[in-house]
Amino acid sequence: MITGFLAAAVRIASPLLLAAVGEVVSQRGGTINLGLEGAMLAGALAAALAAGGGGAEAGLLAAAVAGLAVAAIFALVAIGAGADQIIAGTAVTLGAVGLTGAVFRTAFGSAGTGPTLPMLEPLAVPGLWRMPLIGEALFRQPLPTYLAFAAVPAAWWVLFRTRWGRALRAAGEDAASARAAGVPVRRVRGVAVLAGGLLAGLAGGSLVLAQVGTFAEKMTAGRGFVAIAIVVLGRWHPVGALAAALLFGALQALQFVFQAMGLDVPYQLFLMLPYLLTLLALAGAVGRVRAPGELGRGERGTGSGER
Amino acid sequence: MRDGQGGRDGRDGRDDPPSPSQPPQPPQPSQPSLLSLSAISKRFGPVTALDGVDFAVAAGEVHALLGENGAGKSTLMHVAYGLVAPDAGVVSVDGHPATIRSPRDARRLGLGMVHQHFTSVPAFTVAENVALAAGWPARPRENAHRVGELAARLGLALDPAARAGLLSVGLRQRLEIVKALAPGARVLLLDEPTGVLAPAEVEDLFATVRGFVREGGAAVLITHALDEALAVADRVTVLRAGRVTLSGPAAEQDHDALARAMLGTEPARHAPVLPSIRPAVVVRFDRVTIPAEAGRGPGARDVSLTVHAGEIVGVAAVEGNGQRELLRGAAGVLALARGSLDRTGEAVLIPEDRTTEALLPDLSLTENAALGLADRPGWSERGLMRWREARQRTAVLLREHDVRAPGPDVTARTLSGGNQQKLVVARALAAEPALVVAEHPARGLDIGATRAVHAELRRAAAAGAAVLFHSPYLDEVLGLATRVVVMTGGRLVEVGAGAGREEVGRVMVGSKVAGQGSKDAGARP
Amino acid sequence: MSAPSTFDLRPLTTSALALAAGLVLLAAGLAAAGHDPAAALGAMWRGAFGSWYAFTSATLLRATPLIVIGLGFALALRGGALNIGAEGQFYAGAIAATWAAFQLGALPAPLAIPLTWLAALAGGALWVLVPVVLKRRFGVLEVISTLLLNFVAEALVSLMVQGPMQEPAGIYPQSAPIPAAARLPLLPGTRLHAGFLVALALAAAMAFLLARTVWGFRLRAAGAAPRAAELIGRVDAGRFAGVALLASGAIAGLAGALEVSGVSYALYQNLSPGYGFTAIAVALLARGHPLGIVASGILFGALEAGAGAMQREAGVPSVTVYVVEAVVILAVLLADARGRSTPAVAGA
Repeated sequence: MITGFLAAAVRIASPLLLAAVGEVVSQRGGTINLGLEGAMLAGALAAALAAGGGGAEAGLLAAAVAGLAVAAIFALVAIGAGADQIIAGTAVTLGAVGLTGAVFRTAFGSAGTGPTLPMLEPLAVPGLWRMPLIGEALFRQPLPTYLAFAAVPAAWWVLFRTRWGRALRAAGEDAASARAAGVPVRRVRGVAVLAGGLLAGLAGGSLVLAQVGTFAEKMTAGRGFVAIAIVVLGRWHPVGALAAALLFGALQALQFVFQAMGLDVPYQLFLMLPYLLTLLALAGAVGRVRAPGELGRGERGTGSGER
Repeated sequence: MRDGQGGRDGRDGRDDPPSPSQPPQPPQPSQPSLLSLSAISKRFGPVTALDGVDFAVAAGEVHALLGENGAGKSTLMHVAYGLVAPDAGVVSVDGHPATIRSPRDARRLGLGMVHQHFTSVPAFTVAENVALAAGWPARPRENAHRVGELAARLGLALDPAARAGLLSVGLRQRLEIVKALAPGARVLLLDEPTGVLAPAEVEDLFATVRGFVREGGAAVLITHALDEALAVADRVTVLRAGRVTLSGPAAEQDHDALARAMLGTEPARHAPVLPSIRPAVVVRFDRVTIPAEAGRGPGARDVSLTVHAGEIVGVAAVEGNGQRELLRGAAGVLALARGSLDRTGEAVLIPEDRTTEALLPDLSLTENAALGLADRPGWSERGLMRWREARQRTAVLLREHDVRAPGPDVTARTLSGGNQQKLVVARALAAEPALVVAEHPARGLDIGATRAVHAELRRAAAAGAAVLFHSPYLDEVLGLATRVVVMTGGRLVEVGAGAGREEVGRVMVGSKVAGQGSKDAGARP
Repeated sequence: MSAPSTFDLRPLTTSALALAAGLVLLAAGLAAAGHDPAAALGAMWRGAFGSWYAFTSATLLRATPLIVIGLGFALALRGGALNIGAEGQFYAGAIAATWAAFQLGALPAPLAIPLTWLAALAGGALWVLVPVVLKRRFGVLEVISTLLLNFVAEALVSLMVQGPMQEPAGIYPQSAPIPAAARLPLLPGTRLHAGFLVALALAAAMAFLLARTVWGFRLRAAGAAPRAAELIGRVDAGRFAGVALLASGAIAGLAGALEVSGVSYALYQNLSPGYGFTAIAVALLARGHPLGIVASGILFGALEAGAGAMQREAGVPSVTVYVVEAVVILAVLLADARGRSTPAVAGA
């Protein structure tokens, strides 16, 4: 039972974690990308389209590319042109909902039933996966879960142990000072957003190929926004995001446990909890949270720095 | 006066930087120049910032670059540092023409810059900031070690692990210097580095700079303080309105010659407006204390001051000495922590930063005028705006105060800086206030606009208003005020009538507590 | 006569171009996907404007919540706050209105209807109160908090229609039909309800408020340049932003009431097909001008109404219209960004 619970928690957390780690990178650079939901959705559809012909691995690749493309549109408007990040991100998600819906209905008919797709099989780490309790959860998972867990130290390393990551964080904290130090602020922010889009695309792909096995319209159901909540709750740190994603995954998994136990707790409470927790965190009830200094400000706060 | 250099040294075998259009006449100091700029010109739109400027600095020397606000000092150094692309002219490093398109290029060539405003990331540690500026690999432990060593070598006490945003002004300045020198700079460009420092900190800074040039470096010190230039520099160059008006060894210059080169003619002292026989008290501070916003200096401490109708009281102060709190307290936009403040009649504020604090850039001039006047009859009635009448009144205001604009319907953004400020002043005076509070009212204005703004303030005083203003430029304070007071370390010091520049200047820097706390992070160069 | 800057027509040209860009892209996309653009757009036109019934019962009906929510979004925006939680506030209002309708069903309609509106206004305001407090007390970006509360509201509606407010039979995830007294009168022969008039009245009131009153002017000033508004206009800009946010939440809540009492007559789980987000496009296209929002709301209502017809007649998926909306928003953003980057004054 506990083994199953843990495995479910990790499975549910994986796509959230992938997207959240990408968004940590993006927000550390000062850009809040509400187009994340759109990038995930695009990734999910691309995975479904490509996996039908090319297999699950091709699907995953297509998902990454689709997420990247959606993020590129956002970056063009919000960073390239310096438009409002929030509105641009909302628009990008709206557009992705429309486009994925239209393509899906065109490809599979408006009946709304998606194709049954090949799925990514769980890859067991020899020996380790037989460990009691956590073996199933950590060492017998499909590829995207391992990718998600690998993304955490990778993002940490990039952010805190490379020059590029340091430049990105400087751009996210104080763009004028970063510029004075020679950081090409727009460029590093753009790259960070693209990286975030790629991971969000993968997250959408993993939803299709590792969890559901098919595509449905709006199937991401707000997971992109959950990922943003995870970033906030995880205090803009990859390791914090890991903890927050696992917590969110555990909350959802708990719902199934309760159901299995016959406890009558409305499932909607579990849907609300992540957001309420994040709001509490923002209010300072769960430790102090400090956002990157330039978050969401875009060009408004930094325009005069470049002359 | 571009030929003011000491004897040309024929032994200097380096080639002059080639220039296709005109034969350059780069200054040839007695030693080979580490950095030289020849015939640099730069225009920003209609404004000529630099007009054929030559400038050079050699190893082992401190070269002071003097000039009034807007004379082109910073722009010249920004050209050298790759922040501004010149329209014409050549930058040479070690005698070789160099292409400097970015600060990165400049650093590679051995230039380091300390900007007028701090450029450290507040959330980063000292070591991280230095590593960012120097382009070191991101290895925190190693970098902390290197920064500690570097600071020790420069004789600067600085904790590599401290967060930059929490440092005092003096320590942040040290951080800026370490940042500039960390990549192995041989030429150090310092843009008005002393503005926020206490006298003791200024001494430390100059000692560091002298130590640096003794070991073969070269330093350029941008300043508008003559005494500083004479105290620390080997050579001085004076810019006025984008042209070199004087250049030569510091030892051969005196105060008056430099002042003339900087200001043109002697600053004329205007006849004080005679107060009426029994002037009414407009505002009275009684032992007022107003705390500063976090990190903005000492605030105003235990200040007593009386301002009368018809008077123009000028507050002389180095940045961050409590003048901001004094002025904003008088205007009623900052609350007192202690003491009492009595004011008869209304006060208006002319804030320092007109684009964010005084104007609605994207709204019409009528709406901008209405911002300060919306309550008045003729502008509104029973909670409703009277836009038609407001528009007419605005048109009259523009005409009467010589605000050059196509009409009251254009947005404030489209006006030039001078006309924006004239609008701000016109609106303030239209309220017929008993007290006009002006923070650096001529900030960033050209001479014509400055005169116009000064004339407006004098007219207001003549009409019976009390005027309380501050300018960081002593000459402006002395020229406009009928009475001068000094803020230093948060305390107010009255100076006697007829006190000269020297005396006021001495009082300004007379305190040991000046300028503690950090500077306005929002201000940009 | 209204505020001087409302006469600036340049932004309207940009809006028209943005809309044109969206439609051209739609036509190109349709052609690329093998549809006949002319036939599809023709079907769209007929679905939206083809008949009196289509115009009222599809276009205007659909436009009503978009106009109302768009007005709220614009009010917040002009006061200096970004409310992307209208979807949640809409649901909070819908829940409150449904609840009120059952409590007040015995009253005569002229009493019951305004009271349900009041309940909805309160519900919407309550829902946005958390972000307002978080912003004022802790400096939390309202963008994040309003966004998160959308999902809480959706879950809450789901909880309600499967729990305390579920219809008596307990089969469908929806509430029982609301009493007749709480239902809005319809325009005879159509499905258009009196809520459309509420939307028009609200737009007129807001236009008057912003353009003609001192309070409205101060709100605009506080939103446009908070520091200047505080120092020169002597207003508390943060407070104006808070009030604007509260009002925009209340207005979104009202939209929820109009939808329940004019269209669905019951609380459903997916009552809003994303009105809260489409309304952002509506407000943005109109540059936050109340009367312009009526026009752009009708336009988007027509787009969405026409999209249904396009799907029925030409087999083009109706969701395609969201792409058009997205393109419109992005085009307006791009045009604005270009406008801002024109050099400001020299020597400042």
